Amino acid sequence: MKTLLTTAASAAVLALSAVAAQAQCDWKPERAVTYIVPWGAGGGTDANSRMVASMLERKWGVPFNVVNRTGGNGVTGHSAIANAEPDGYTIGAATVEINTMHWVGLTDLTYEDITPLALVDIVPASVLVRKDSPFESLQDLLDHARENPGELTASGTSQGGIWHLALAGMLNAEGLAPDAIRWIPSQGAAPALQELIAGGVDVATPALSEGKSLVESGEVRALAYMHDTRMEALPDVPTTKELLDSGWTLAAWITVSGPAGLPEEIACSYEAALSELFATEEWAEFKASRGADVVSMSREELAEMLRTSNVALGETIEAIGLAK
Amino acid sequence: MDIAAILAAVLAPKLVVTVVVCTFYGAFVGAMPGLTATMAVALLVPFTYFMDPAQAVAAIVATTTTAIFAGDISGALLRMPGTPASAAYVEDSYAMARGGRPRTALFVSLFAACIGGIIGVAILSAAAPQLARVAARFSSDEMFWLACLGLSCAVFVGGASVPRNFASLFIGLAIATVGIDVAVGHPRFTFGINDLLDGISFIPAMIGMFAVAELLRNAETRDPVRLGRLKVEGLGKAVAAGWREVRGRKINVARSGIAGTVIGSLPGAGADVAAWICYAISRRFSRTPERFGKGHTEGMIDGGAANNAALAGAWTPALVFGIPGDSVTAIAIGVLLMKGLTPGPQIFSTDALLVYTLFGSFFLANLVMLLSGTLAILAATFLLRAPRSVLMPSVLILSMLGAYAILGSTTAIWIVLALGLLGYLMSHAEIPIAPAILGIVLGQVVEDNFMVSMMKAQGDLSGFFARETAAFLGVATILIWGLLLVRAGLELAGRRPAASSRETNT
Repeated sequence: MKTLLTTAASAAVLALSAVAAQAQCDWKPERAVTYIVPWGAGGGTDANSRMVASMLERKWGVPFNVVNRTGGNGVTGHSAIANAEPDGYTIGAATVEINTMHWVGLTDLTYEDITPLALVDIVPASVLVRKDSPFESLQDLLDHARENPGELTASGTSQGGIWHLALAGMLNAEGLAPDAIRWIPSQGAAPALQELIAGGVDVATPALSEGKSLVESGEVRALAYMHDTRMEALPDVPTTKELLDSGWTLAAWITVSGPAGLPEEIACSYEAALSELFATEEWAEFKASRGADVVSMSREELAEMLRTSNVALGETIEAIGLAK
Repeated sequence: MDIAAILAAVLAPKLVVTVVVCTFYGAFVGAMPGLTATMAVALLVPFTYFMDPAQAVAAIVATTTTAIFAGDISGALLRMPGTPASAAYVEDSYAMARGGRPRTALFVSLFAACIGGIIGVAILSAAAPQLARVAARFSSDEMFWLACLGLSCAVFVGGASVPRNFASLFIGLAIATVGIDVAVGHPRFTFGINDLLDGISFIPAMIGMFAVAELLRNAETRDPVRLGRLKVEGLGKAVAAGWREVRGRKINVARSGIAGTVIGSLPGAGADVAAWICYAISRRFSRTPERFGKGHTEGMIDGGAANNAALAGAWTPALVFGIPGDSVTAIAIGVLLMKGLTPGPQIFSTDALLVYTLFGSFFLANLVMLLSGTLAILAATFLLRAPRSVLMPSVLILSMLGAYAILGSTTAIWIVLALGLLGYLMSHAEIPIAPAILGIVLGQVVEDNFMVSMMKAQGDLSGFFARETAAFLGVATILIWGLLLVRAGLELAGRRPAASSRETNT
């Protein structure tokens, strides 16, 4: 019995000292930190990142300067994060595109070139049609597309962009040809929604949050939300999980990440600081004002999510013939 | 809605101070070549996060209103248009300034901008939902034809002959092909340089083709008029003369104010296209088209009124559908969402006070602009005491810094220099610069919408005429092109009509 206790105690001590030797997690920046956002000012990634930056700034008492490095469909900003010195003084908002850009041949950059620190937001896709559309349900739409492949058109973002993968991946998962609804590229969700209400395309698959105002005003009907649970702000929109046999879902996401090779000490300090901030009332209010849920994931879970999402997105891109 | 409540909201001290501060900020940013109204708003975003919604919207509105006007300041004084919306009539305002009336030119612009802006917001507050209904009919087919109409306007701009204008336009369109192909995402003419993936933006293009080219031309002359101090007239005289010019062109102001608002409300158009189209209309219907491009105020008034009116127009699709009409309202929508406000038809009932405060701040900003604009004109013309041989290179260095700041890379500076050389060669060949700028601004819009339409119709060209509005715009565009081609043919055959006699372009 005594031996057992001793063994247990020494094991505990060993485990504790192992953690202690690994990292104290009390690193903090001593000068200004650059926070790179690969997308433009005023967008969802920008708004979330600026909020995170200002909260970190108050916590650690050094400036967190948000820099919008836009361009090249996200290549410019993601490269800036990945190529930075791994000293904790350059971090940024790596987004789902880190797992799509390399499959379509835009860049060599992959998730292995960054160190994910925390998950900030999950942005699920939707299936939208015009108010006078003959399609009342997702099943109607899919049935029509199955019988008349190539007749309908959809839009939402560029060719091979994340909302394109949402549609093509769903069609593929449901056993349709990925181009049974033809994709019309656009420069983002706004021009795609313009096309949708002008009657230029039949379907749009942007983030439900992006189409929310048109759905609320009745200009557009939301047939589905590509997520496990319904959106709190639009509880009448069914999820693809409920509707589809394949249970297909797809969401874009936003992270806080540093360059690859970030020392464990710095990484776990960021993780600790961020998980503390994401538990605050202020963050909850901010998310609620945007109609989004607070999300949280440990670094290990996030790294695992990045790995699996990379494989899944790669398969989708392969299936729709965009892989290079 | 209670008028008193709106007035109280608009005239709240916090809001008025915000508007005043932002008009000064807008005037500064707009006057700096290389900094645009969109950038001014993007830089403002972090501050709006700490403002209440009405204040944030007022800040954006006040900044853009003055920035678009202030783009005329550097255009008139240095031939470096501050925004592409000013590029349409820069030759006129620059010629006027060199003729010893820089302040008059600027007050003409200021008054036209102010009245144009007020017409714009009056239409916006009276008929936003109706305007948005029109905009909602625009798919890629309609936008393609609209952009083509915009391109055709290049041929009316400047005093040069039709073939020379075409040449310039095609140089601009060729430059616009650099970067990721919008439809299929393939990089073109980027030579493996990541900085070129997004193409060549009009900012380094304007700095290079206008400013560097002008500097190079000045370098080969000892002409004291070009290198020395500009003559500056008295303030009172300039204000009176400016007001007289604008008052004498009531019809132009009204026409361009209305047309500018409508064009601004259409997706993919915006203030730039509005200014060009209204300048072209102005020239077409002028009694003295031959004076355009040589310091004539008529086109300046039309273009200046149109671009400020278009700013208000661009808010219609943003407010009514939550779809941004231009890059500025795209940022504004982001800010509203951040505040938990969702733009859309319901915002007129759920947040009516905010919407009317927005209209109110538009009015207020246009009025306050008279004050901050006057001070900006005084400050800018004060700088003209320095000989231009010193002034122009200094401003150029500042604006190259601006270009560098946008891209965050030295590639921007090389682009400026290369395009400067191109602009210099073009001016030696008497090819006007302005149409090339329009080509760069619209090239991507034309191509993007053309490709999207072709993909929708699966390669069937008749798709461009399948929709009612598209068919109307398409026929109009083709008629105008036909007329222009005939005119170009006649000119090339040597029978040059008197109206387009070549200017010396100096």
